[in-house]
Amino acid sequence: MNSSNKKPALAVVNLQKFFLNHSTPLEVLAQISLTVNNHEFVSIIGPSGSGKSTIFNILAGIEDPTGGEIFLSQKRIMNRKGKFGYMPQDAALLPWKTVLENVMLGLIILGNPKELARRKAFDLLEKFNLTDFANHFPETLSGGMQQRVALLRTVLFNPSFLLLDEPFGSLDALTRHEAQMWLLAAWERFSSSVLFVTHDIQEAILLSDRIYVISERPAKIIEEVKVNLPRPRALTDLTKSPAVELEKKLLALLMKT
Amino acid sequence: MQFFSKYLPALLFFIFLIVAWEEVVNILKINSQILPSPSAIFAAYSDHVLSLMPHIGQTMLETIIGLGLAIVLGVSFAIVLRLSARIRQALYPLLIASQTIPIIALAPLLLIWFGFTLLPKIIVVTLFCFFPIAVAFFDGMEKISPQFIKLLQSMGATRLQILYLAEMPGALPSFFSGLRIAAAYSVTGAIVGEYVGGYQGLGIYMQNAAHSYAVTLVFVTIVIASLLSLLLFAAVAVLEKIFVPWNTATKSK
Repeated sequence: MNSSNKKPALAVVNLQKFFLNHSTPLEVLAQISLTVNNHEFVSIIGPSGSGKSTIFNILAGIEDPTGGEIFLSQKRIMNRKGKFGYMPQDAALLPWKTVLENVMLGLIILGNPKELARRKAFDLLEKFNLTDFANHFPETLSGGMQQRVALLRTVLFNPSFLLLDEPFGSLDALTRHEAQMWLLAAWERFSSSVLFVTHDIQEAILLSDRIYVISERPAKIIEEVKVNLPRPRALTDLTKSPAVELEKKLLALLMKT
Repeated sequence: MQFFSKYLPALLFFIFLIVAWEEVVNILKINSQILPSPSAIFAAYSDHVLSLMPHIGQTMLETIIGLGLAIVLGVSFAIVLRLSARIRQALYPLLIASQTIPIIALAPLLLIWFGFTLLPKIIVVTLFCFFPIAVAFFDGMEKISPQFIKLLQSMGATRLQILYLAEMPGALPSFFSGLRIAAAYSVTGAIVGEYVGGYQGLGIYMQNAAHSYAVTLVFVTIVIASLLSLLLFAAVAVLEKIFVPWNTATKSK
């Protein structure tokens, strides 16, 4: 996707974050600026502990920034809660709710009647062939299945803009690739804009239109790269020369930080 | 079947203890005024079962009302502590410190204040049961994964929605551990309350039996009291299966 001629769905300008509950203020984010266009898949990649999750916590409205501005569809937003479909690290499915009830969760919080929420959640599970699990408790599902259910929950709450925080970090390699391809298919179906955090270079290349590389704490953006691979993508694309070149470049950048 | 194999060793050992007790009393010809044999205790129970019934009923009534009250108060108290940091800071240390007060010593005071009614016994049961319930429920809510709270916050959930969608159901397994302890205490609480003064109840019956050196009847009441506790314990286990189905589903995986 070409980003230059479009107005961004999300623009983050000079985002700053200090943690003040230390004897000296701890600078976590130093002037982070980034954009995500409509229907674009953008990844943030960086060393662990670099503040990637802090960016997401701020966008999702769980933490407040120390400085900076956030624009959603060119409008500056102050109250960010509910504006994004946020999926925290590890699936975070409520163990006491069934798969169906978990997928319904967002609609219930928004105040929808239970029956309507139930029907919409069931329809969504049906589209992804997950109705067999509708009445199971999440902990009886495999890790890959849990991630799918969590993603559908996020999508049902807000399909327009997804914040995905290392969703596949806890999966083994095979399940992980399966889940990645599944995510790409789902993303094309919902035509969401996605901001994706990972520390897996290949994952970022396989999924993204653009990748931001951030440094160690205090995090700043050290590079922005485009992924020029055609869509739809396949796992084998990772062995093609543009992907291999890109992987080398990103690896060099991350090793330097 | 699973239930049976799980408790079989305990059951076998229990039977062994009963048989050994019976044999020791018979072989050593121990005076039944000192230590009656299990068969003598059972015979005494059969002889007195009718006169015992109203006492059992009375103790059961006090126990269940007191335990129910402790559940309502304990859960409400835990929720208030959870919702307000200021109240928590003011009350939580006092709650812990209050456990140093011997409840047994409070029972005579309650009798003076409320007389020979049902109320002082219920209060003693509630005092025994409140603490384990309140602390277990509160700790259960504190131990909820912050990921769940973050998720709900990002969806714009209100404080009350977070409470009843995440914190309260998430605290249920811990609540039931507390309730099991409370259920075991509760019968003891009722008997302590009755000991101080009353007209009816296992505590009264036990005291009268002891005063007239009817040692066998004292044993009968002890056995009944612990059977009542076991019954409550089992009831709590059944409730837990109903209200915490996800734990059972995971364990049977």
